[in-house]
Amino acid sequence: MNSGGTNARIGYIAFNTFREAVRDRVLYNLIAFTLLLSGAAILVGEISIDIERLVVVNLGLTAVSLFGVVIAIFIGIGLVSKEIDKRTLYTVLSRPVRRWEFIVGKFFGLTGTLVVNTLLMAIGVFLALLYVAHRFETMDAWVLVALYFIVLQFLIVCALALFFSSFSTPLMSAVFTFALFVVGNLAEDLRGFARITQGVGGWLATAIAYLVPNFSALNVISQVAHGDPVSGRLILYNSVYALLYSAMAISGAVLIFQRRNLK
Amino acid sequence: MSAARRVNLVAIAVLLFSMAGAISTLYAIDHVRREPAAQEALYVRSPKVLRRLSLGYTGLLADIYWTRAVQYFGEKHHAGSHDYRLLAPLLEVTTELDPRLLPAYQFGATFLAPKPPYGAGLPGAALSLMKYGIKHNPDQWRLYYNLGFLYYTELKDYAKAADAFAQGTKLPVTHPFMPVLAARMAEHAGEFETARMLWSTTYESTRDELIRQNAVDHLLALQVDEDVTRLEQAVKQYREQTGRLPASMGELERAGFVHLASNGTPADPKGRPYKLMPDGRIEVQDPGSIFFITKGLPPGVATPEPARVD
Repeated sequence: MNSGGTNARIGYIAFNTFREAVRDRVLYNLIAFTLLLSGAAILVGEISIDIERLVVVNLGLTAVSLFGVVIAIFIGIGLVSKEIDKRTLYTVLSRPVRRWEFIVGKFFGLTGTLVVNTLLMAIGVFLALLYVAHRFETMDAWVLVALYFIVLQFLIVCALALFFSSFSTPLMSAVFTFALFVVGNLAEDLRGFARITQGVGGWLATAIAYLVPNFSALNVISQVAHGDPVSGRLILYNSVYALLYSAMAISGAVLIFQRRNLK
Repeated sequence: MSAARRVNLVAIAVLLFSMAGAISTLYAIDHVRREPAAQEALYVRSPKVLRRLSLGYTGLLADIYWTRAVQYFGEKHHAGSHDYRLLAPLLEVTTELDPRLLPAYQFGATFLAPKPPYGAGLPGAALSLMKYGIKHNPDQWRLYYNLGFLYYTELKDYAKAADAFAQGTKLPVTHPFMPVLAARMAEHAGEFETARMLWSTTYESTRDELIRQNAVDHLLALQVDEDVTRLEQAVKQYREQTGRLPASMGELERAGFVHLASNGTPADPKGRPYKLMPDGRIEVQDPGSIFFITKGLPPGVATPEPARVD
């Protein structure tokens, strides 16, 4: 099979995954998001002094992140099992589609869904910012960087959800992925703990600290809410890190799915 | 080679390469995020806000903040920094989230009070922290002890130190040294003996090896300071009586100013004999071997401190 055919098949699976997510009314979360953000923007202006912008950025970006992570986990864990339960996987694999193409296509489809979702939410955040501040400021550009980091976060969560769903039940995959998301947000504390721990415990803590996904470096919400800049090097390293970590989880998923008995 | 085997090999190669790459990148990210010290900030300073945000999990959050405070202090101390601006807010948040977290008061005060680079140089903040701790844990003798220690060592306020120790003696569970310390503070006499008692109590009341070693180092230093003070006093008296300086320790003994042990030479706690200098001063043989000594050092030599732990 040539690479053009491979790309086409991956693209087709990705597009179908995206279409199915839209059909499953995933984008309905945007309504909740809009209500939350507009409500907060109006309410805080009434009951507080001078923190409207902070609240819009903090609440808006946190909501983008949490809504996206929940979508990534709950759709990601069902991508493989649902296809097996509905027996559509056999139809797909009976065509000239390789197993790894199926996994990679599903990954791109889910991340595509989340990117579209994030883009729409980002428009909401900037509209709310415009509402409370009446104009955009230079420091608002850093909000874009925080949104970009959130998308990188989604790449890793999607890859992890797919990895776990390649060998585990949907419920356990959700538990594993969510647990790694929580631990990953405490990754810097974990590395700090590893630095001050001696002996075997120290080695173990260091190994775990470097293997769990580092979500804390991808969270610059508080920083950009205060208008603090994000260094170019951090943007570069975080991009490389997210791509490599996702590649690692996806290749793990491919390896397991290749050996899985689907009969 | 079959297609499935080829896919497996590529997947393994990608997995290993991306794992190694991700770990290396994480190293780089750690460096980038540690560099801008000026940008360091505690974005949520309000303990009340944090208490609400914690959704009731205040104990865990307090533990995390206490760990952050320890790491913050450790990193700053290691770097020899004079800027500890986040330490007091971190401790305030920690103790507000969990007012019964005793280590945060005991060690937090010792981080806050000493002058930089050994601490934040904020004895006022240390006092507030201790008083907040006592308010919420009035039955803990250790907190009264730490408060008295703080008044004695950092603020030199002996009356308040005596008061703190005296309050600690009234508790149902207390340390036997507390009433003695209260009495000594009240009369402000016998500084060496008082300091020895304080460090002995510190040694006995903790299981932390680093703190115990620190107490031992201070006890050894006190011994040297006391020996040197006593010997220099003897030299002074000899000079007043004879009009000249003694040529040796033996001369001091023969004149009845000191009583030497059987080996004939007064020695520091590590067994090295003290040196009588031509100008009448007493010096230790190896100034770097006993930490925290303030006497017996050659002119211009600073008080030796233990090396910082990496």
